[in-house]
Amino acid sequence: MTTTSNIAQIHPASEPTPLVGIPMSGAEMVVRALKDHGVDTLFGYPGGAVLPIYDALFSDEDVRHILVRHEQGAGHAAEGYARSTGKVGCALVTSGPGATNMVTPLADALLDSIPMVVITGQVATHLIGTDAFQECDTVGITRSCTKHNWLVSSVDDLSAILHEAFYVARSGRPGPVVVDIPKDVQFATGMYLPPERSPKRSKRTVRHVDAMKIAEATELMATAQRPVFYTGGGVINAGPRASEALRALVRETGFPITSTLMGLGAFPAPDKQWLGMLGMHGSWEANHAMHDCDVMICVGARFDDRVTGRLDAFSPNSKKIHIDIDPSSINKNVRVDVPIIADAAEALEQLLVAWRNRAKTSKPPSTKTWWDQIEGWRNRQGFAYRPSNDVIKPQYAIERLYALTRDKDVYITTEVGQHQMWAAQYFHFDKPNHWMTSGGLGTMGYGLPAALGVQAAHPGALVIDIAGEASVQMTMQEMSTAVQHRLPIKIFILNNEWMGMVRQWQQLLHGERYSHSYSEALPDFVKLAEAFGAVGIRAEKPDELDAKIIQMINEPGPVLFDCRVAKTENCFPMIPSGKPHNEMILADTFVGDEIDDDGKKLV
Amino acid sequence: MPPHAGEPAESRTLAIMVDNEPGVLARVVGLFSARGYNIESLTVAETDKSAHTSRITVVTRGEPNIIDQIKSQLDRIVSVRNVIDVTRDPNGVQRELALVKVRSTGADRIEALRVSEIFRAKVIDTTLESFIFEMTGASDKIDAFIDLMRPIGLVEVSRTGVLSIHRGPELDRVSTAEAAALAK
Repeated sequence: MTTTSNIAQIHPASEPTPLVGIPMSGAEMVVRALKDHGVDTLFGYPGGAVLPIYDALFSDEDVRHILVRHEQGAGHAAEGYARSTGKVGCALVTSGPGATNMVTPLADALLDSIPMVVITGQVATHLIGTDAFQECDTVGITRSCTKHNWLVSSVDDLSAILHEAFYVARSGRPGPVVVDIPKDVQFATGMYLPPERSPKRSKRTVRHVDAMKIAEATELMATAQRPVFYTGGGVINAGPRASEALRALVRETGFPITSTLMGLGAFPAPDKQWLGMLGMHGSWEANHAMHDCDVMICVGARFDDRVTGRLDAFSPNSKKIHIDIDPSSINKNVRVDVPIIADAAEALEQLLVAWRNRAKTSKPPSTKTWWDQIEGWRNRQGFAYRPSNDVIKPQYAIERLYALTRDKDVYITTEVGQHQMWAAQYFHFDKPNHWMTSGGLGTMGYGLPAALGVQAAHPGALVIDIAGEASVQMTMQEMSTAVQHRLPIKIFILNNEWMGMVRQWQQLLHGERYSHSYSEALPDFVKLAEAFGAVGIRAEKPDELDAKIIQMINEPGPVLFDCRVAKTENCFPMIPSGKPHNEMILADTFVGDEIDDDGKKLV
Repeated sequence: MPPHAGEPAESRTLAIMVDNEPGVLARVVGLFSARGYNIESLTVAETDKSAHTSRITVVTRGEPNIIDQIKSQLDRIVSVRNVIDVTRDPNGVQRELALVKVRSTGADRIEALRVSEIFRAKVIDTTLESFIFEMTGASDKIDAFIDLMRPIGLVEVSRTGVLSIHRGPELDRVSTAEAAALAK
């Protein structure tokens, strides 16, 4: 240990567990721990190996249990809950298929850094390894899609592991964890130790922002002529303080700002310094600014391939400052000049202080030329599309949805595909935690159950899942959950009968051979809604859209909205794979031969 | 471009201190396979029962940026307490143990014994036509020994993989991140 280090690691002592505590069963410990960690909502599905825990929940009045229709729904709902509240999302599922059905949400939460505690039942300890009924190696299967996981072998370890699970899920770079509890451990009686008295098991890393790095970053920023902020989901994860500090820093510096898909809402989109989202389907001005900038300030983003495009042509002439809480994100894909390993809120606050101090003594160079250039890109109007009076353009549908919900407390979730990109492009956010989407894993079927989780956390809010007709069918069964638990989510389906993004790529990359991307048979979504006990609305013409959207908003219960849109609309701008940021194609320049053979392999 | 991309791959020995709990080896090995890193040798054993610590020594090979990634990815594992890059440490000691079976008669048999004396290998089993040698040393020294035994009648080799420890009275407790901070 050294004084020059900015890192302190506290190693867990191996002192024996003090034998004081409250005696209770393992199952009761689970419920008690949930409450001790402030969990008010639990998403789950019962089964043989979690019956004791469900028994303990039976008489409990503090934890609201939302019964889903498929365990994947519970996982995504917990993610939506977590993303929209900043708290840890919780799910409870049984062994075997219950646990395997949870794998997709776990992988999704790991890639998007969503804090989540999943409790899985397991067969009794003496049956483990015997191929017992509904047995699977849950910790083995989930090892690579969790931040950490535990198989609890004794009730004496249970309370400490549960507390540790919450700590690991929310600390540092957040992520999902699994606690696998055998049935006999749930029945056994042991001593429950509350969180504050529980022994710490894993390392505790306390990081302090390196003041030298802050000074270096400030110096770079203060001499920049073409600066840009590139922010990501880490700002959202760092809580409202980070968003506030970011807003102040961006305003005081006067720099332009863009964000990843995951970071939307950290900075208000209506602001004139906002360039829109960057990346493969990002704005013309954001991608050009990223390519031409001389100083890039990356906060809580990870230079994902959907953001960088071709790596060797990514922002070739810039110095890069990278603030990230995870050291493994630094220099992973892109070499950076000033790495700052820190929580985004702390780093941004310190940058702000340093910036203010420096502004007192010397004036930074003018960014007027830079802004003029940006205005030029803006005037290109990369999001322009050809309007229509006959068919509803998907872009128009999102624009109207945004316009008609502006005065509401609105939360948006999405599925994955073209509709997701259009939502990111045409719906604008001015607050963090109001945009829930599957960014890293790209999970079709995320949005509907995520909306359940958001609605459970914000009962009075307007929660809309902007969906595609293909994605939404992957978790459609959760409409039943919405009806049962009176969660009035609105599922706004941009229905073009195609897996739109697949169709777009087949058009652009595979010689217009539309292999298995058209749904020859689709349900009648209005009747389907009615079958679930919800309300179905269909809009087919642009002139009826507004009235139908208003009808949807005013509906007190869950709604399936079948918005029939133009069938073969493409999502633009688009950075063709294998191309740098400044070679985007736009709707009006699209020819069809933009992607070469090398590029095809990269997508 | 990723940092240092294109620089030649090098061999590195990493000592990984982990909580001794079920599945911890799978976490470490799983990380290497999931992210496509190489493992050239691997040893693992509990080293401090009272502190529930095990020590995993991995010899890996990669470009410098990949090695940096491996270290930070290892540090992310909750059960990993710290990661020490032994190769980079001037005070790091690396040793390996090998059991080498040689079958020979006549002059070759005498030659085998003579070579083993030069390498300070120990005979731990013998028949009229074979020896088993036990030898410890740096990996390249064991390689040299095996190369010399090959024409004499090498039958089989069993190696432990590399072990490492830090010279001097202190504990090996400097984490990767701290070492990086110290280096600056």
